[in-house]
Amino acid sequence: MSVEKYEVHEHDVIIIGAGGAGLRAAIEASALGCSVGLICKSLLGKAHTVMAEGGVAAALANVDPQDGWQVHFGDTMRGGQFINNYRMAELHAKESPARVYELEEWGALFDRTPDGKIMQRPFGAHTYRRLCHVGDRTGLEMIRTLQDKTVASGVEVYMETTLTRLLKDGNRIAGAFGYVRETGRFVLFKAKAVVLATGGWGKVFKVSSNSWECTGDGVMMAYDAGAELIDMEMVQFHPTGMVWPPGVRGILVTEGVRGEGGILKNNKGERFMERYDPKKLDLSSRDVVARAIYTEVQEGRGSEHGGAYLDITHRGPEYIKKKLPSMHEQFLKLADVDITKQPMEVAPTIHYAMGGVRVEPETSASTVSGLFAAGEVAGGLHGANRLGGNSLSDLLVFGRRAGEGAAKYVKSLNNPLKIDEAQIESEKKLLLRPFNESGTENPYQIHEELQNAMQEGAGLARTTESLEKALKKILELQQRAQQTRVPGSRLYNPGWHTARDIVFMLTVSEAIVRCAIERKESRGAHWRKDFLSKDETWGKQNLVTYKDTSGAMKIKMMPTPQMPAELAQLFQQEPVVTAKK
Amino acid sequence: MSVASSNERPWWFEPLSIVVVLSGFSIYAIWAALQGQGAYHNYLSPFFSPKLASPFSWFSPAFLILWVPLGFRATCYYYRKAYYRSFFWDPPACARPELRGEKYSGETKFPFIINNLHRYFFLLATIVLAFLWYDAILAFFFKDGSGNAHFGAALGSLIFLINVVLLSLYSFSCHSLRHIIGGKMDCFTCSLAGGARHKTWGWVSILNERHPLWAWLSLFSVLSVDIYIRLLQAGLIQDVRFF
Amino acid sequence: MAEIALKIFRGDASGGAEKEYRVEATPGMVVLDAVLRVQATQASDLAVRWNCKAAHCGSCSAEVNGKPRLMCKTRTDEFQGKEIHVGPMRAFKLIKDLVTDVSFNYKTARMIPAFTPPAGEKAPFTMYEKDVERLYEYHKCIECFLCQNVCHVIRDHKAPFFGPRQLVRIASLEMHPKDTLDRAQFLKDTALIGYCNITKCCTEVCPEHIHITDNAIIPLKERVVDEFYDPVQWIWRKIMGRNSNGG
Ligand code: SF4
Ligand code: SF4
Ligand code: FES
Ligand code: FES
Repeated sequence: MSVEKYEVHEHDVIIIGAGGAGLRAAIEASALGCSVGLICKSLLGKAHTVMAEGGVAAALANVDPQDGWQVHFGDTMRGGQFINNYRMAELHAKESPARVYELEEWGALFDRTPDGKIMQRPFGAHTYRRLCHVGDRTGLEMIRTLQDKTVASGVEVYMETTLTRLLKDGNRIAGAFGYVRETGRFVLFKAKAVVLATGGWGKVFKVSSNSWECTGDGVMMAYDAGAELIDMEMVQFHPTGMVWPPGVRGILVTEGVRGEGGILKNNKGERFMERYDPKKLDLSSRDVVARAIYTEVQEGRGSEHGGAYLDITHRGPEYIKKKLPSMHEQFLKLADVDITKQPMEVAPTIHYAMGGVRVEPETSASTVSGLFAAGEVAGGLHGANRLGGNSLSDLLVFGRRAGEGAAKYVKSLNNPLKIDEAQIESEKKLLLRPFNESGTENPYQIHEELQNAMQEGAGLARTTESLEKALKKILELQQRAQQTRVPGSRLYNPGWHTARDIVFMLTVSEAIVRCAIERKESRGAHWRKDFLSKDETWGKQNLVTYKDTSGAMKIKMMPTPQMPAELAQLFQQEPVVTAKK
Repeated sequence: MSVASSNERPWWFEPLSIVVVLSGFSIYAIWAALQGQGAYHNYLSPFFSPKLASPFSWFSPAFLILWVPLGFRATCYYYRKAYYRSFFWDPPACARPELRGEKYSGETKFPFIINNLHRYFFLLATIVLAFLWYDAILAFFFKDGSGNAHFGAALGSLIFLINVVLLSLYSFSCHSLRHIIGGKMDCFTCSLAGGARHKTWGWVSILNERHPLWAWLSLFSVLSVDIYIRLLQAGLIQDVRFF
Repeated sequence: MAEIALKIFRGDASGGAEKEYRVEATPGMVVLDAVLRVQATQASDLAVRWNCKAAHCGSCSAEVNGKPRLMCKTRTDEFQGKEIHVGPMRAFKLIKDLVTDVSFNYKTARMIPAFTPPAGEKAPFTMYEKDVERLYEYHKCIECFLCQNVCHVIRDHKAPFFGPRQLVRIASLEMHPKDTLDRAQFLKDTALIGYCNITKCCTEVCPEHIHITDNAIIPLKERVVDEFYDPVQWIWRKIMGRNSNGG
C-alpha cells in the first residue's frame, strides 16, 4: 500500500479552509506576491461563513456617532470576561472598519442608511448600533465577495480536498497531506507556510448550528504538529437555535431577530430577560441569554418542545420580510411557522468555539514556525464569550494579518524545505485503517455516541461529575475509533471520511473536557454548576493545551496578558477582574 | 406554472393549451381580417384600427395594421417563452428531455435573432394603441337619429374600455419599456431626472411581474371585441345600452 | 412511527441504478434528513453533498421525483407516503451517487470580468438604496446550480452557454452603480446570452426565488440589444463616436 503515488502541488503558502478567514488570507498573501493554494473540504463558497446571518461588527459610527474603536474594544473585552488577549481585541476593534470598507471596494453591498452609508443594527452586548448587515444573509454576501476577489487574484483553489496532517521539516512547517474527496487519492501540498482557517468543532455536540465540516480537523492538525491551543473549554451556545421539528433542531436563528426587536417569552408569556439582565434585556450577551433560556426550561416555564418563545410579530409582516427574509422562509418551510404571525420556538445550540490555536496577535503566527491560524480555529480574541458580529470582523482582520504574516515569513526563509516520507507513511496508514478487514465499528455510530456524551457532560451546564463522565466515554470511544470499518471504495466515500474525522473530534473533545474540568469557576460560556461564581485568580489565567513528547495531552495555566495603562483606563469605572458574583 | 403546480397536471398540458389557443387566435385573426371590414356604428374592431384605405379591393386593410400587433406579440419576451416551449419544444417542459435533435442556436441566428428588435415593435404598437384609445372613446358616443353624437354607454363600450385598458397594461408592462425607462441605468441618483425615472421604472416593474397575465387577458379581450362586433353585425345579439 | 421509502440513485461514472431504503419518519423530516439517516445507518459510502441543512449554502441540490430541488428544503410529508426518488443533477457529469461534477460553473465564474470601481475611488462609497435595491436580489444567489441543471441549453444541448447563475452574477456587476466595465460584448460572445430563449425553467427552480429571467437575463439581453442589434443606436454611435452607452 505504500507504493501508491500521490498528487503533489507546490505553493509558497497554502491556506486550509475557504471560509471568510481563509479567503481573506489568500487575497492578502497573493497580493504580497506569494503563490497561494487554497484548499477546502467543500465546494468553494459553501464554508460555514455563509451561515452567519446577523452582521459584521465594525465601529463605523454611521448611525451612532458616539461609537468608536475604544467602545468596541471595551464591549469585546467585557463580553469575553477579560480573559481575551487584549492586543487581539484592540487590533480587531481598530481595523474592522477598514476591512468592512474594503469589502465594499470589492463589490459587497450592505443595507444602506438614507444618506447612502452602510446601515448598522443593534446586537447583543454591543453598546451602539454596530453591525453592518444585508438583511439576514451577511455571511453569504461576505463569502461571495471574498470568493470572487480570491478567484480574480489568481489564487489556485483545490475544492473538496481534505488535509489531515501537517508535515514538518524539523521545527518548521513544510506542507500538508491528505486526500481528494472525489477520487479518494492522496495529495501532498509542499508549502513554506500554512495558514489554518478551518473553523470550529461544533459537530462534537449533538445540538449544533454547525455543518459536517466543523470537526476540529484544523485545530487538531495544529495540535498534532506541536502547536499550543488556548481556552479550549470555551464553547459558545447560541441562545437561539431552532427546536422543532427534530430534523432542524439546532439550526441557527439569527440574533438579528432580537436585534430587530424580537422578544423572548416563556410559556407564561413573561418577558423573562427582565429578571436576568434588566438593562440589556433580550440583547444581553449570548452566555447570559442562553443560560436564561436553559433556566426557564429547567424550572418548567419552557415552550412546548423545550425552549423559549421568540416573538417578532409586532414589527409587522412588511418589515420582517424585508429585514429577516431567510428566517421567514426557513420557519415557514421547515417548521410550518409564519414568524410574521406566530412566535418562534428557540433553544440554545452549540455555535462557536472561542478557543483554538494560540497565536501571536500581530501576525497570527502559532507556536510552530510557518504555521498561522485565523478565524474560529484561532483562540484569544473572544475570551470566555464572543459577541455576535465579532466573528465576521475577526475573519477579516485576522485573515488579512495571517495572510500577511505568512507572506512575510515565506520571504524570510532561505533554506529549502524537505518533506519527510515517514510522516506521510504514518498518515497514510491512519487514513487507510478503516479498510482493514478486522474493524467492526461504524464511524457514524461512534460520532453519535460522542455527540451525546458531549452534549450531556460538557454542554451548557457543567459539573465535575458530568465532565468526568464525558471524559471516560471519550477515552473509551478513542479506543473503539481504532477499530472502525467502512464499506465501499475510496471514491467519494463519506463513511471513510468520517472515520478520520472522528479521530480529530475525539481529541478535540478530550481537550474541551480536560480544560473544563481544570477551570473551577463560572465565566462566560463556561458554566460550572459546582463553581457558580467567578474566581479572581482564574480571571487572570488562560488554559493552554499541548501535546507532550510522549504524545499525551497536557494542560497548563498561562497568565492572561495584562493591558497597558492607556487601555486599562477605559475600564476604570468598573472593577476589571472581580466582576459581580 | 410553478414546479409544484405542474406537478399536478401532466407536463404536456401547458404546451398543448398554448398551441391550441395561439393557433386558434391566429386562424381567427386571419379569418377576421379577410372579412375586409369590422365596424358597427360607433364600434371599430381593433383588427381594423386605425382605419386605413386598402390600395386594392381584394386586399383587406386589416393586413396593413395586423403585422404591428402580431409582430409586437411575436417578439414579446413572454410569447417567445410560450412558443419556444409549446411549438418548438425547446424545452417542452422543465427538466424534460427535448425531442429536437438539430443543433441549437437559441436567439443567435435567423430567424429568432430578429426578436432583438422587439423595442421597435413596442414603439409601433404604442402608436396603434393610441388609435385604440381613440376608438374606445368613440365607443362611448352614440349617434342619434339626426346624426348628433351623444355621450352614453353600452355593453359594447364597456368591452371596448376593458380591452384598451388590458392592452395598455400589456404594453406598459413590456420588458423593453422597462429597459428604456430605467433598466439600462446603473445609477439613478447620478442621472438627470433619475428620481422620476426610478419611480416610473418601479411602476413598470410592478406591472411587469404580471406581464404574462396581461398578455393572455388582452389577447382574449381583443378577440371578444371583434366577436362582439361581428355578432352585432350579424344581428345575432343586440347591444345593451345602459344610458 | 411510519416509514419512508426512498429510492436513491447509487452508482458512478460507469453506471448505476436506484436502490430502495427505508427509514423511520420523524415530524417535519426533509429529504436530506432521510438521506443522511440512510447514510448513517445503512450505507455509509452513500455520497451526498450538504453543509447548512437550512437552504443557505446551496450544496444539497438533487432531483427529487424528477424535479431539481434542495434536499434540505424538501419536506418528505409533501409526498404523502408516495415513493420518493432521489437522484443526482442530470446536467452534470456524475461522480458518485448524488454527487456531480459542477466544476464547469467555477470555470465560467473565473472568466467573468470582476467588479471594477473607478480607479482611485476609495470606500466608503456613498450609494443609495434606490440604486442598489435591485442588486440585492442577485446577491441572494446561493450557487446551488439548480438553475444551471434545469436549463435546457446546458442540460440537453450541452452548449458552452454560461447559464442562468452566471447571468445573475453578471447582472449584479453590470448594474452596480460603482462598476465601470461594460460586459455587453462578453455577454454576447463569451457568455453566449443569445442561447437563452427565456423559457424560464431557471426561474421556476430557483430556491431563492430570484426572478432570474425577468430581472437578470432579459435586462441584460436588452443591454446587449442596445449595443449590437439596435440599428438606430448603432447609427447614433457612428455619428457621435463610441461610448454613449451607460454600460
Ligand atoms: S430562461 Fe434561459 S437561462 Fe433560464 S432556463 Fe431558460 S434558456 Fe436557460
Ligand atoms: S440563481 Fe437561484 S437557482 Fe441559480 S444558482 Fe443561484 S440560487 Fe441556485
Ligand atoms: S416583453 Fe412582452 S410586450 Fe414587450
Ligand atoms: S444543505 Fe445547504 S442548502 Fe441544503
